[in-house]
Amino acid sequence: MFGGMPSPAYAIYWSIPGPALFIIIPLLGVTSFAFIVAKRLAPLLGAERDCRLDRPLLRLQKVLQYWLLQWKQPRYWLAGVLHIAIFAGFLLLMMRSASMVMIGMSEHLVDPGFPGEAGQFYGIVKDYAVSLVLVAILIAAIRRTVFRPARYAVPPDLGRDHTPEAVCVLGLIGTLMISESLFEASSVTMAGLVRQPLQATAPLSLAWIAQLAVESAPRNWLQPLHSYSYLIHDLTFFGFLCLLPLGKHFHVITSLFNVYFAKLDRGTVKPVRWGVPDEQLDEVKSFGVKKFEDFSWKHILDFYSCADCGRCSDNCPANAVGRPLSPRFITIKARDYAFRHFPIFGQVNNSHALIGGIYSEEEVWSCTTCGACEEECPLLIEYIDKIVDLRRGLVDDGNVPKSIQKALKALESRGNPYGKVEKKRAAWATDKEFQHACNVKILGGGDRASTLYFVDSITSYDDRIQAIGRATAHILADVGEDFAILGAAEKDSGHDVRRFGEEMLFKALRDDNMDAIKASGVTRIVTSDPHAYNALKHDYKDIPPVEHISQVIAREVKSGTLKLNRADNDENVYAYHDPCYLGRHNQVYDAPREVLDAITGLKRVEMNRCRDRSFCCGGGGLMLFYEPKEEERMGVKRVQMAAQAGANVVVTACPFCMVNIEDAIKVLGMEGKMTVIDLAELVDRHVVRDYTEAGDRESKAAAHA
Amino acid sequence: MEILVCARRVPDPAENEIKLNRAGNDVERDDLVYSINEPDNYAVEEALQIVAKVGGNVTVATVGGDDDEEILRREMAMGANKGVLLSDEVFGGSDGRGIATVLKGFVQKGHYDLILTGVQAEDGGAQVGGMLAAMLDYPFASLVDAIEVLDGKKLKVSREIEGGNKEMSEIDLPCVLSIQTGINEPRYVGMRGIRQVASLEIPTYGASDLGIDKASVGESAAKVKRDDYFVPALGKGAEILAGNSEEIADKLIDLLKAQGGLQ
Amino acid sequence: MTARIFAYIVHKAGAADDSATELLAAAKKINPAATPTAVVTGWGRDLDTVCQSLCSSYGEVWKVANESLAYPNAELVRKALVKVLPQGSTVLVPHNHFGIDLGPGLSIKLNAAFVSDVLGIDGIEGSFLKVVRQEFGGQVSAHVRCDVSSGVVINLRPGAFKPIECAPAGGAVVDKSGEVGALVAGRRYAGTIVSESGDVDISKQAVLVSIGRGIQEQDNVAMAQELAEAMGAAVSCSRPVVDAKWLPKSRQVGSSGQTVKPKVYLACGISGSFQHLAGIKGSPFIVAINKNPNAPIFQVADVGIVADILEFLPELTNRIREVKKVSV
Repeated sequence: MFGGMPSPAYAIYWSIPGPALFIIIPLLGVTSFAFIVAKRLAPLLGAERDCRLDRPLLRLQKVLQYWLLQWKQPRYWLAGVLHIAIFAGFLLLMMRSASMVMIGMSEHLVDPGFPGEAGQFYGIVKDYAVSLVLVAILIAAIRRTVFRPARYAVPPDLGRDHTPEAVCVLGLIGTLMISESLFEASSVTMAGLVRQPLQATAPLSLAWIAQLAVESAPRNWLQPLHSYSYLIHDLTFFGFLCLLPLGKHFHVITSLFNVYFAKLDRGTVKPVRWGVPDEQLDEVKSFGVKKFEDFSWKHILDFYSCADCGRCSDNCPANAVGRPLSPRFITIKARDYAFRHFPIFGQVNNSHALIGGIYSEEEVWSCTTCGACEEECPLLIEYIDKIVDLRRGLVDDGNVPKSIQKALKALESRGNPYGKVEKKRAAWATDKEFQHACNVKILGGGDRASTLYFVDSITSYDDRIQAIGRATAHILADVGEDFAILGAAEKDSGHDVRRFGEEMLFKALRDDNMDAIKASGVTRIVTSDPHAYNALKHDYKDIPPVEHISQVIAREVKSGTLKLNRADNDENVYAYHDPCYLGRHNQVYDAPREVLDAITGLKRVEMNRCRDRSFCCGGGGLMLFYEPKEEERMGVKRVQMAAQAGANVVVTACPFCMVNIEDAIKVLGMEGKMTVIDLAELVDRHVVRDYTEAGDRESKAAAHA
Repeated sequence: MEILVCARRVPDPAENEIKLNRAGNDVERDDLVYSINEPDNYAVEEALQIVAKVGGNVTVATVGGDDDEEILRREMAMGANKGVLLSDEVFGGSDGRGIATVLKGFVQKGHYDLILTGVQAEDGGAQVGGMLAAMLDYPFASLVDAIEVLDGKKLKVSREIEGGNKEMSEIDLPCVLSIQTGINEPRYVGMRGIRQVASLEIPTYGASDLGIDKASVGESAAKVKRDDYFVPALGKGAEILAGNSEEIADKLIDLLKAQGGLQ
Repeated sequence: MTARIFAYIVHKAGAADDSATELLAAAKKINPAATPTAVVTGWGRDLDTVCQSLCSSYGEVWKVANESLAYPNAELVRKALVKVLPQGSTVLVPHNHFGIDLGPGLSIKLNAAFVSDVLGIDGIEGSFLKVVRQEFGGQVSAHVRCDVSSGVVINLRPGAFKPIECAPAGGAVVDKSGEVGALVAGRRYAGTIVSESGDVDISKQAVLVSIGRGIQEQDNVAMAQELAEAMGAAVSCSRPVVDAKWLPKSRQVGSSGQTVKPKVYLACGISGSFQHLAGIKGSPFIVAINKNPNAPIFQVADVGIVADILEFLPELTNRIREVKKVSV
């Protein structure tokens, strides 16, 4: 102790003066850190480009919401609260950390930091912040080691458990907090002894408790405590800093950037190559991701940013039914690949095939693109684009499962995956009995209309699902909509062709549809198929606005144009199942519910997993042709969820959900105990239709015109 | 190894509704989509896999007209090195033997170690491969479901016989094999691949290029001709069998026998 | 038509294949007045036994014994036949895996015409033989005429020609082995690998007994297997049966399963969903057995039986077994 005030700058550590040590440690720490980060950045430099600089204000808003306010964390409430505590603590302690580094560098820097009252206020805040962080760390440690939540488990074939890594980091943070408090306590005590008091420790904070301990300790412990707590803090701080890029705590640094650069456009899929327009795609040598460097820099940043929290896989329906897909490990395996092949020390050893290496084909084909993982991830890591890119690579190499090949070939020749002839695409509407009840116009046959009902393939050809088409058409007629269908000129929307990686076939289907839509002169599009809805809304360009039939019904019920009868069965309990492409991807949660609630006497319950946590039915489009390796069907789990919620009728708003859930009811042997109905069918059954129907329709049509 | 695959463009069985036309004498052809005969596609995939292992080239040939070029391009997109169109007015109306004669002319212009055909075409008779082999005096095996290259002079092949059993044989090169579906898993050919081969050269050879005598091919030489198509009279919708269960069983057994359902 | 009609007889373990009587029936349709000759190749006692057994149905039986023909290698058989068969003959061969191997090449070497997979014979018209074939997986039939003036090899569809009742032919065995000499071919038989029953490829089966949810329990799957065995068919199923793990995925018929092209399809306890029917190509003869008379399958089936499969299948199996016992 020299000059009165306690400072490690006065201490001598094994013949090395403090300032020297505390300049060298930061210097070494920072340069090591910079070196490691530079090595980590290397694969990003050689990666594919990605356009993430647009709409800066929107990006800043996302940073505010998801990074600063930790918007997604509370979805798992305990872990969320703990993390928010630790994160808030870290932010609050930034000033203190900076001060701590500087204190040891020079005896003149005893009390750096905010001046005056602000500084005093900060002093109190930081003491509580430290305490909060330590409490959170301790609870977290108990959670990880004693309670061991299932989502952190590592399947045996994917390596060792990650708990030691987690506990180690918790230990380091704990060490930082405790050493800081001991240093604070000993500083305050020493200052008090030389009658030059520093700000007192905040009452009941960790530092305050430490001070009690320090004051009751032998006097000759004081100096060593002071000096070594500082040394430990400094070493741990820079050690931890250098450790960050070596594991899952890289997210501490990359999260800010990962959120800033996050994808802004929901529902669509990245282009094959950013910056390469459609006309130049033929010149691209290789489509999709086959090797690590085919990923874009943002995707590699995603791999670095994973906090290994397991929330994605915990919500992944493919994972839940035993398919070989776990989104968490899509990321962790790629991250580990990057660590191994772009090492800190040693040669870059890249360009290995990913499929057959860290990923398997079944893993890549197992994804239904439901988006549950992306909805959950607190770091906004993207999965669907990566899966689609991996599929593009497989398709490019001709490596496509046989049943999918069949469907793709049929799509190429006939515009639908069933291989059915084009001229029967409108057969569901021209059925004589149905024509009598509802005349459906077909564009191109001389008819014109202001609204297009885009039917898409399954509703056109599957004889069970055609009922949904008829119900939708009937409802559109009821509300006086001047609508028509494209008929034989309509091709599959191509939504899932794109998501299965056959980009060029998707473009061919899309271009044909876009030409037909533009030539028709319609000003509005309605569809009953959420996959078509998503494609028309996000994958297609320059076409009239699109709505899903549930939105149309909700609006017309509210305005009184569509009147609904009482529930036709008082005993039933209905549960609405949010289709992935209507709910999660397009956030249409309320319209279908409003429609159901508009039917008087209809009893409705919510499943635990509803709205943005809805559980995928099994997948639509081409997924109906894929034979996955799994322990049970997703639809089966969903029907069980409905039963658990007390429902005996599942209401869906998607033809693929209908197919999967109907199948599942049969597999479970629950025919008679559980039924499933489409929203349009349910509404169709309840629409008030009387003898003046024709007259009503005309006047409604006039009102709409 | 130089491999030649003889392929054919046929109406796609999965994507067409085969119906009689109004006149009732032919299949309605207006709305048909065509693709390569499925067993021929397996043959090309097998050829590609063999060449990937032992080196060499795969040539795909078809007897037909301009419309048939599309299957050659598709197989080239799949990986075949060359596509060849054997086309001449005089080839029109050939029966199986006529087709085999044209192919023989082409084979003798070059040198091929192995000639593959699909076991059967949708509208064919599982004959061209066997005929071609006999014309060339090459050994032949049909219904091949596995090929192993033993050395430059011979192959070991497996034939699919009854009951799922496999008949193994050794066969000398050059030879002709007709390939059964399921021998491998053909790779997918995407739109992208097709676009990339859209402008590649496909040579065409006629009767004089191949040294073929007009009299041996075409309609005039054909010994087998189709007079017309017809659909045997069948009731619409299921005929529900009536009676007690014994009677129903007996009626069913009679029907099954007539349809070849009891083996 | 003056040409001799020869029927190539397939045999195994001393017994002629069922096709022997079918070829005879076909021969009678071609020329009711002719006496068809059976041609049998092989070696040893089994060959002799077969030749003797054919004497009751064929007027003449030509025996071609050669050690290299002990196993029927089509390449060698062809060389033998070319030596013994007169030019201009009509040669009937069953259209099975052997006939497919033999027929086409034989027609070239005999300089005869060739017609494949014939399932009906309409008769002779001048120098033409008129037959019926199917195309497009059996969806349409075709009337075909074949110029038989220089002979013809005809592959006949097994099961298409019902054996006819006729008086015993009292035929004699003629040994033609001496005309053959040494036989060598570029293809040599190297053994047969017998398949395990699980390996059935349903997409290649001509007759399928297909089960759906109506089978109700795993234990009942055996009923379908017994029926299939009695019929010489294979068992396939719809998706729910695979989901319940009662049969492996390789047996599933449907858009996400196998595509099958059978001649006969028995849909037992299958409702007939779009996804399932999408796996059935061609126009098989569909028999639907379902206890629900409104099941959609009845709209696409040729024949329907409204019955509980758990009761009907065993009855049908027993009846088929009885009938088969009688006919053999």
